[in-house]
Amino acid sequence: MHLHRLEKMWLAIGISMLAVFLIVLGTMAFSMGIQPPSEHHHTIDPAKVTETAPFDKPGFQLIGDRHYEAAMVAYAFGYDPATYEVEAGSTVDFTVTSSDVVHGFSIVGTNVNMMIVPGEISHISHTFDKPGTYLILCNEYCGTGHEYMKTTLVVK
Amino acid sequence: MSGTQQQHHTKQDAPVKKGDEPALKGTFVSVLLLGAFIAISWIGVFVLFIVRN
Amino acid sequence: MKSFDRQDGKLVLAHILFAFGALLLGGIAGMMQGMVRGGASILPDFIGYYELLTAHGVLMALIFTTYFIVGFLYSGVSHTLGGKLLPAARKLGWAGYILMSVGTIIGVAVILAGQATVLYTFYAPMKASPWFYIALALVVIGSWLSGFGMFYQYRQWRKANTGKLSPLFAYMSVVTMLLWQIATIGVAVEVVVQLIPWSFGWVDTVNVVLSRTLFWYFGHPLVYFWLLPAYLCWYVVIPKIIGGRIFSDALARLSFMLFLLFSIPVGFHHQLMEPGISSFWKFLQVVLTFMVIIPSLMTAFSMFATFELFGRSKGAKGLFGWVKVLPWKDVRFFAPFMGMLIFIPAGAGGIINASNQMNAVVHNTLWVTGHFHLTVATSVALTFFGIVYWLIPVVTGRVLTPRMNRLGIIQTLIWCVGMFIMSGSMHTVGLLGSPRRTAYTTYDDHPDAVLWMPYHVAMAVGGVILFIGVVLIISNVIGLLRAPKGETEYPIGEVSESADHTPKYLERWGLWIGIAVALILFAYTIPLIDIIRNSVNAPGVRTW
Repeated sequence: MHLHRLEKMWLAIGISMLAVFLIVLGTMAFSMGIQPPSEHHHTIDPAKVTETAPFDKPGFQLIGDRHYEAAMVAYAFGYDPATYEVEAGSTVDFTVTSSDVVHGFSIVGTNVNMMIVPGEISHISHTFDKPGTYLILCNEYCGTGHEYMKTTLVVK
Repeated sequence: MSGTQQQHHTKQDAPVKKGDEPALKGTFVSVLLLGAFIAISWIGVFVLFIVRN
Repeated sequence: MKSFDRQDGKLVLAHILFAFGALLLGGIAGMMQGMVRGGASILPDFIGYYELLTAHGVLMALIFTTYFIVGFLYSGVSHTLGGKLLPAARKLGWAGYILMSVGTIIGVAVILAGQATVLYTFYAPMKASPWFYIALALVVIGSWLSGFGMFYQYRQWRKANTGKLSPLFAYMSVVTMLLWQIATIGVAVEVVVQLIPWSFGWVDTVNVVLSRTLFWYFGHPLVYFWLLPAYLCWYVVIPKIIGGRIFSDALARLSFMLFLLFSIPVGFHHQLMEPGISSFWKFLQVVLTFMVIIPSLMTAFSMFATFELFGRSKGAKGLFGWVKVLPWKDVRFFAPFMGMLIFIPAGAGGIINASNQMNAVVHNTLWVTGHFHLTVATSVALTFFGIVYWLIPVVTGRVLTPRMNRLGIIQTLIWCVGMFIMSGSMHTVGLLGSPRRTAYTTYDDHPDAVLWMPYHVAMAVGGVILFIGVVLIISNVIGLLRAPKGETEYPIGEVSESADHTPKYLERWGLWIGIAVALILFAYTIPLIDIIRNSVNAPGVRTW
């Protein structure tokens, strides 16, 4: 099929640009570990969330120097544990599941933004360098009280 | 008459390729602008992603 | 000029008018949502924000679009494939219409009665009334019948015209309905196999990750089902409207084939932030997603080329002289052109959305809502509105008067202003983190959320302006129905003389469907097996 010279050039430029985007994203993902959330597949019985570790004791556990593991449960319409406080510079490994429907887990001002699906366990890590009171909200419609579903993380 | 001969001469000096199409330069510039829009907006959000990471 | 077949005209008009009825209802809902989020508590007791949102999504993104598309495609199939639908094709068209309409009425009733406040994506394990899922199934199955009618007409034409190149309109219609057919298999399986038995209580639990994956297998090509008819208008109709020629028949068909191949095996880019799917398969489908950008890059070139060659044929000079000679005052050109122009930021946003881990910046924020109000609610909708100004005259034996044309230009401008304010605010406040699909809240006056409020107010203002636009297009449709009688030609473009001939292999359906299926199997088989084997089912919940 014959393409006009300038169309060939345009498509070459356009496709190269897309290729550059993909190479950047791919390198960041597979070489630098900057992946979408929940890389590893872990399941859980959604009817037994409160009996299954670590969600039987939701909360923040210090596992190293300013390094926390936060096991959280999302439910209609809140998070367990509600609000917590960590030091600036802390890294938190969030492990989150749902005891009912699909929820969101979004920390405003950060790249922490993931789906919480009943039957699945979601993971993401973030280092909180800047102090402040971070808003953690549900951004996936989950019912009548969806717009009230939030918690906070205080970074001092 | 010599003017016409000159014109012929010029034509032979610069052979026109079939499909040498300046007729689509405006198209080309337009799509390049479109490409630039895509690039700038993508890079903008990319920077935001990096800064927030 | 042979006038449009009267019986076919009734079929087409029935679809168009139902579509605009849905637009009006959906528009009322949308305006109210915008106002609520902007801080005006205007909702009566009997309806909530999320019921309105569910209705808005279903009516706009499923009903308005599908009905308009089926009506528009039937009009061109009738006109270009013999001038008249075969009896079997017309019967299938009506059967589809009736089934879809029964489904729509049941569905809207159930939604407004508060029994299906699950939004138009109906994510499990939120469990709606079984009648909601039955309604959806009826709409989808009805649309299959509509498609079968077009396939039948096309096949009969091909048998009677062996060796001849099919009309471009018909070819593109077949690709569109074929895409729809393959795509809807996913949502049909989700609804019929998973959700209906579960919502009736015959099974207790549902595989949530599987249901979401089946939905988004459908949900991405859904947007190309909306886009391709708009592209069809841009490729086939607009050249005729402006008095130019189709730049390249071959490249137009090739772009549609590429859409068939690459619109479907890409659903994971709507699931990038969720668990249960490995990073490898997410990235693979991101790569396939980027492939589907290519036919749009081709289309952009073709559109500008059509305009430039037309301009030069009228004596326009320089890089952009052709801009001046385009028929800006003709709404049949102007409205679709604004759709084309706005597709630039619309498509750019889409590329960002699909960018793997970068999706974290925008996922489930109002940016996404801003994005699809540009793509479907502007590029596609304005093109559809522009079509109406010749389609209604053609199928009713009337004419477009200068007054209606002027009202059309005004409506287009109002739509663009409203959308600029609303979608512009949505994109911005989305980048600041404001969530989509959320009623009025300031999250206990958290400073971040308070900062979002001015944008939400701007969204409400834009929404009200858009609602005025909705009222105006409805009024224009009524005006067109009452226009003076006369002859309006069905605008079908002719191909430019310098265009390349079209290779026959573009019409080897078996080959292309085969490649499309192979790509789908490649992109989905292993992750689906993993999802089916390794997921844990969840019980249904009603959270409203």
